[in-house]
Amino acid sequence: MMVQAEALTNGAAVGSTIRLTEPLSFWGGTDDSGRIVDPHHPQYGAVLVGRVLLLESGRGSSSSSSVLAEQIRSGAAPAAIVLARADGILVLGAIVAAELYGIAVPILVVEPQRHADIPGDLVVRVRASSSGATVTW
Amino acid sequence: MSRTQLVLTADEGRMLHGADGDGVALAMRVVVGLSRAAGASRLVEVTSAHVDSCLYHGKVSLDFATRLVELGASVRVPTTLNVGSVDLLHPGLVRTKTDAEREVALKGRQLMSAYLALGCKATWTCAPYQLAGRPAVGEHIAWAESNAIVFANSVLGARTDRYGDFLDICAAITGRAPFSGLQTDEARRGTVVFDCGLLGRDFLRTELAYPLLGHYVGSVAGTENPVLVGIPTDVSEDRLKAFGAAAASSGGVAMFHVVGVTPEAATLELALQGRPPHSTNEVSREVLRATRAELSTFSSGRLDAVSVGTPHASYAECELLADLLREGPPLHRDVAFYLSTGRATMAQAEQSGVLRILESAGVTVVVDTCTYVTSILAPGLKNVMTNSAKWAHYAPGNINVDVVVGSIHECVASARLGHIALDNSLFVEGPP
Repeated sequence: MMVQAEALTNGAAVGSTIRLTEPLSFWGGTDDSGRIVDPHHPQYGAVLVGRVLLLESGRGSSSSSSVLAEQIRSGAAPAAIVLARADGILVLGAIVAAELYGIAVPILVVEPQRHADIPGDLVVRVRASSSGATVTW
Repeated sequence: MSRTQLVLTADEGRMLHGADGDGVALAMRVVVGLSRAAGASRLVEVTSAHVDSCLYHGKVSLDFATRLVELGASVRVPTTLNVGSVDLLHPGLVRTKTDAEREVALKGRQLMSAYLALGCKATWTCAPYQLAGRPAVGEHIAWAESNAIVFANSVLGARTDRYGDFLDICAAITGRAPFSGLQTDEARRGTVVFDCGLLGRDFLRTELAYPLLGHYVGSVAGTENPVLVGIPTDVSEDRLKAFGAAAASSGGVAMFHVVGVTPEAATLELALQGRPPHSTNEVSREVLRATRAELSTFSSGRLDAVSVGTPHASYAECELLADLLREGPPLHRDVAFYLSTGRATMAQAEQSGVLRILESAGVTVVVDTCTYVTSILAPGLKNVMTNSAKWAHYAPGNINVDVVVGSIHECVASARLGHIALDNSLFVEGPP
């Protein structure tokens, strides 16, 4: 199976998907080791490192850009982020990490209906470039 | 999916290609990268910036600012700074016992210096709208920090989108932001109506109504633009600050309308830009009572500390706290009481004598930073009360405390007793 997506940042990744059922604020909601620490979040305790993160959008604090960029630098970030709605705050974190450290974490947008079709806990391949983006499993 | 083509002016193209130096070019690559992701057709010139990237989130924060300084960049529009990781005026307040704490104190201070080197002003506040020279209705600006964004859009009628860190300083350096999101008319349309009439005028005059309403509205509205109906037209900016900060934390609210109060909402129809809302919701006191319970991780027993002033307390809020503490029983000796505010407000409070009243009552005044972003509360302080829904939302995850939300009056009463004292009679349904 394959879904077409829109690339917000470029890159390629393979990883196991994890679906978040509510938006997540990386700042205040995740820690240095990539774990969800927001006690209000339904996936509280989940570790996002190396996963292909399926979530509708980010939420809350503008500091989430820094938190994502720092996780990318230190190797504690998701391998890719697949959104249902563009989120500039996460995009900025990925752009800056690519500028400073040359590590590309692809961020994609898939239309909401197709987004819901992507299975959780399954290894998928993500490709994103200026010519297009796909999620394949 | 089709992408909107981003078109740059000749000047913007030159900046991108290094005509104004490598620092400007780097900043322009970030602005252009975000603009493409946001589907913007062009950039917009901004008249001011508010930078939140000065809070230390790890090595990347300092690496980025240092790179910009090394590349010779500096801001080209007036730029204020959000809180940093250190209270520069009370350096002993932030703990430096562990390696991690020492790193934040040292690197956090270096980061704050780097932003000053880029030409930003040493304001160190999350409430830049409390400073002189704030933007006018319709002005395009690039502000970061979710509570500042929502206040600028909603209360001031200026235009900023919900930017993350890094874009703020890049917009300040290039004088440009993506022309997208809340910079455009369309995105400012109110879409979800909340009828607050049932809450009653008396309830809507209480302080606690606004953080709770904000938390609830944010959790329902998500990233949509709520429209409040039935709010008293003399509602203060401090109440709207508390509402917006809470709605931005529990949802992703970056713009709200209050009919008859905020600049783009003279009428409900104007707030909705003449189109039907996606939904209309009635808010009851029962819902807000439940919101307080949901935001609080405990509700009775021993109190260790109180933290107020998130977002930074205005001068009026400092004055109110001083009035409450001027007379009556002293604060319990086992309760620590923190007030976060901006250094400009503290200077005003010092001049007027308000600061002396607060300090002699035992209040620790924190500036330049905030009690939930850095190591200020002593490790033994576990049970904390706050009048801020934003603080209550983030502090348990950030600094590992239990939290109760209460009005400033409940905070003071509880701090005097040494245990939680809540007045739930507020939520009993009364006449509208």
